[in-house]
Amino acid sequence: MNAVSPPPRPGAAGFLARYESLIGALPGDSALRAAAAAAFRAAGLPGGGPGRRIEAWKYTALRPLADMLFAPAQAPDIAEPPTLAGAAAKVVFVNGAYRAAMSAPPAFFARFADRPDFGTLSWPDREPMTALNTMLAADGMTLDIPANTDGGTVHLASIGVGPTAFHPRHLVRLAPGASLTLLETANGTGPYLHNPVTEIHVGAGARLIHVRLQNEDIAAFGLSTLYADIAEHGTYDSFSLNLGGRIARAEIRATLSGPHATAHLNAAQLLTGTQHSDFTTVVRHAEPHGASRQTVKNVLAGQSRGVFQGRIEVARDAQKTDGYQMNQALLLSPDAEMDCKPELEIFADDVKCSHGATIGALDADQIFYLRSRGVPAAEARAILVRAFLTEAIDAVADDAIRALLEAGIAGWWDNQAA
Amino acid sequence: MSVAAETLDAVQSVTESGYKWGFETNIEMDLAPKGLNEDIIRLISERKEEPSWMLDWRLKAYAAWLKMEEPEWARVDHPPIDYQDLHYYAAPKKKNGPKSLDEVDPELLKMYEKLGIPLKERAILAGVDPDEVEERQIAVDAVFDSVSVATTFQETLKKSGVIFCPISEAVRNHPDLVKQYIGSVVPIGDNYFAALNSAVFTDGSFVYIPKGVRCPMELSTYFRINARNTGQFERTLIIAEAGAHVSYLEGCTAPQRDENQLHAAVVELVAMDDASIKYSTVQNWYPGDADGKGGIYNFVTKRGACRGARSKISWTQVETGSAITWKYPSCVLLGEDSVGEFYSVAVTTNHQQADTGTKMIHIGKGSRSTVVSKGISAGRSNNTYRGLVRMAKTADNARNFTQCDSLLIGAACGAHTVPYIESRNPTAKVEHEATTSKIAEDQLFYCRQRGLSEEDAVNLIVNGFCKDVLKELPMEFAVEAQKLLAVSLEGSVG
Repeated sequence: MNAVSPPPRPGAAGFLARYESLIGALPGDSALRAAAAAAFRAAGLPGGGPGRRIEAWKYTALRPLADMLFAPAQAPDIAEPPTLAGAAAKVVFVNGAYRAAMSAPPAFFARFADRPDFGTLSWPDREPMTALNTMLAADGMTLDIPANTDGGTVHLASIGVGPTAFHPRHLVRLAPGASLTLLETANGTGPYLHNPVTEIHVGAGARLIHVRLQNEDIAAFGLSTLYADIAEHGTYDSFSLNLGGRIARAEIRATLSGPHATAHLNAAQLLTGTQHSDFTTVVRHAEPHGASRQTVKNVLAGQSRGVFQGRIEVARDAQKTDGYQMNQALLLSPDAEMDCKPELEIFADDVKCSHGATIGALDADQIFYLRSRGVPAAEARAILVRAFLTEAIDAVADDAIRALLEAGIAGWWDNQAA
Repeated sequence: MSVAAETLDAVQSVTESGYKWGFETNIEMDLAPKGLNEDIIRLISERKEEPSWMLDWRLKAYAAWLKMEEPEWARVDHPPIDYQDLHYYAAPKKKNGPKSLDEVDPELLKMYEKLGIPLKERAILAGVDPDEVEERQIAVDAVFDSVSVATTFQETLKKSGVIFCPISEAVRNHPDLVKQYIGSVVPIGDNYFAALNSAVFTDGSFVYIPKGVRCPMELSTYFRINARNTGQFERTLIIAEAGAHVSYLEGCTAPQRDENQLHAAVVELVAMDDASIKYSTVQNWYPGDADGKGGIYNFVTKRGACRGARSKISWTQVETGSAITWKYPSCVLLGEDSVGEFYSVAVTTNHQQADTGTKMIHIGKGSRSTVVSKGISAGRSNNTYRGLVRMAKTADNARNFTQCDSLLIGAACGAHTVPYIESRNPTAKVEHEATTSKIAEDQLFYCRQRGLSEEDAVNLIVNGFCKDVLKELPMEFAVEAQKLLAVSLEGSVG
C-alpha cells in the first residue's frame, strides 16, 4: 500500500476523511461504524457551520472546533500522571491509546482495541458527537465487575498532547451486587479534541461511585458523552468537576430502568477567561420508586460562559418518582454569562419532582460582613465562593478523592487571584 | 375509589354532558373565497377601506410569511393545517350599520345574552349611586367574527381623551398612531403566525390612553368564532402614554363544531414612562370533544414593550379552552425600573394540548419581573410551561422571580416545564422554582377529617393552588374565571 494520505481538512470533513483512510483498520463492528459515519455526515458538528440548529446544542456551538486542523494521534513521551492515594488500580490513556507502562490495571480490565464492544445504550443516530466517536473509536477501557464483588477504586486517566483528536470508548459493567469507585481525570497540553463515549451498566443492587475531574488544557476541546443504565435498587452516584477546556461539554444520559434505582448527577463548573463549559443531563425515570438528585454549581469569572441543561423525564409507569434538581450560578465578572435550561417532562401523576435555579453575584452583605471583620476583599470572595462550592463537593464521600477535587478548586482560585 | 379515578370520572361526565356554550347562531355571512393569496389580502384591505400604506404592510408580511416555516418546537401535535382551505374574511352582513343597540341584529344580542355578556349599558352593581356606577362600567367592544358590530361607552371614553375602537376604524381615523406603533412590538416577520396575522388580520381593538390619563373604566372585548371554516386573526394594539393607566379584559367562548378552527391573534402593548397596562384574559374556546375531535387551534403572539421608565405591563390569563394553545405573553423591559408580570392558570383535560408561558427580556436597569404559572393536567392532556428569562448585559440590578407549579390529575396526562434562563449581568438576580405533584394525600386527609367531602376538598385545594393567579384578576373576571375552573374540572372541583 503506497496510498498517500490526503492533506488534513478541518471540521467534519476532516474527521470523515480520517475515517475513510482507516476503514478496515479500526477494531470492531464495521457496519456500525459505517452507519455512524453516515449519521455524522448528515448531522455535522453541532453549531459547526450553517444548517439546522439542534435544540440539545442550543447554547454550545462547535464553530471553533470546526476550524481546527488535527493530525493523527501520536504516542508522545509524557511524564507519569499523578497517582491517587489509595487507588490500587490505574488505567492510563495517552491521546486515547492505552499506555501499559504507566498503568496498573485491575483483573477485570480489558482494552477496547483488543475486545471491541460498542455496548447497547448509545445513540450514534441521534447524537452527532457519539456518531463521531463510534466512527473513529480506536481504544478505551472495559471494566466488568463480577456479581457481588467490590472492585475497589480504579483511576482512569486521560492525557492529551495536541494537536490531535481522539475518541476513546469506555464500557463499565457492574453485575448485580457489585460495587466500584471510579475516578476519572482528564488533562493535557495544547489544542486537542478529547471525545470519549462511556457506557455504564449498574446491575441490580450494584453501586458505582463515579468522580470526574476534567482539567483539560485551556486550548483543548473536551466533549464527553455518558450513557448509564441503572437496574433495580442500583445506585449511580456521580460528581463532575469541570475546570478546563476551551469548549467543554459533559453530557450524561442516565436511565433508571428498574424500580427503586437511584442516580446522583452532581457537578461544579469553575470557569475563567473565554472558557465555555456545558453540563447537560437527562435523567429518565422509567420504573417506579426511583430517586434522582442533582446539585450543579457554577462559578464564572472573566468572559466565561457556563451552560447547564438538565431534564428529568418521568415515564407513565414511573409512579412514586422523587426527582430533584438545583442549579446555582455565581457570576464573578460583568462579562460572564450563564445559560440554564432545567426541564421537567412528567407523564405519571403520583410523583414529586422539582427544580430550582438561581443566578446572581456574591451577596454584598456577606462580603461586607467579612470585610468589616478585617478580611481582605479577595479573601472574602474566596471564602464565599468556597462556601458556595462546599455543598456540591460534600456529596463526594471518599476523602482522598475529595482532597483531589479541593486541590483542583484551590488551583483554580490561585489562578484567579494571580 | 382513588381520588384520581373519581376525578377522571368526573371530568368525563362533564365532557359527556357537552360544552355548555356550544351553540351556533344563524346570521348571514359575507365570506371571502377560501384560500390565501395577494388578491385575498387586497380584498381584505379594500373591504376595510384601508389606506395604501396598510395594504403595503400586509403584503410585506405575506411575502415574509411565504418564506417562513411553521414552527415545530412546541409540544403540540396536530395534523398539518391547510392554509388554503380557510376563509380569511367573514363579516356579518350589514344592515346599513347599526347606530344603536336597538339596531343590532337581535340574533346577535340573543347570543350574547346566552353567554351572559353585559352588552347593554346598565348599572352593574345595583344600589350604587350613578356616579359610582359610571366608574365601574365596562365598555364592550364586541367582536362577532371579524367585524365589530357594537361599541358602547364611546362617549364616556371620549370625554377623557381615550381612544377605544376597532383597529380597522383606527387605521382610517388615527393613521399616524397606528402607523407609528403597529408592528413595533411584534414585527411582521417575528414568527410564522404573527406574519400570517399581519397579512390577513381583519379586526381587533385599538386603545390609546393619552398622557396622564387613568382610563375611567375597564375595557373589555369578547371574541367569538362563529362561521364555519373561518380563521380569526385579531390584531390588538394598546398604547399607554406617559403616566397613563388602563386595564383591559379579554374573554372568549366559541360554539361547538367538529372542524378545527385556526385562531392566530397578535396583541401589542406599549407602555411609556410611569404608564401601566393590565391585560387579563379568560380563554375558553371550544376544546374539542372527549375524543379530541374538533376544537380551536389557538396560536397567539402577545407581547408588551415597557419603553418608559417605571412602566409596568401585567399579563394575567386563565386558559381552560382550545384544543391547542400556543401562547407566550411576553414583556420587553426596556425602561429603567420597568416591571413585567405574568400570572397564568392553564387547565387541560381530555385531549387538550397547551404549550404556554412567557418571556421576560430585561434590558433596562433595575427592571423587575414576576412569573407565576399554575398548570393543571387531567384526562389525556398535555400541559407545558415554556418560558424565557433573559438578563441582558445592560440590566444592572434587575430581578426576576419565577414560580411554575404543575398539578397532575389522573395517570394518562402529562405536565412539562421548559424554562430558559440566561444571565449576562452579575448584578442581576434570577430565581426559578418549579414543582410537579399531585394533590397531596395529607392535604386531602386534613380536609376530609374536618368533614369536607372528597369533592369539596379537591375543590378547595385546587382553588388554593390557583389563588396566586386568580387574585390578580379584576373583580369582574375573577368570578367568571372561578366558574370556568369549576366547569373544566367539574366533579372534582365541585
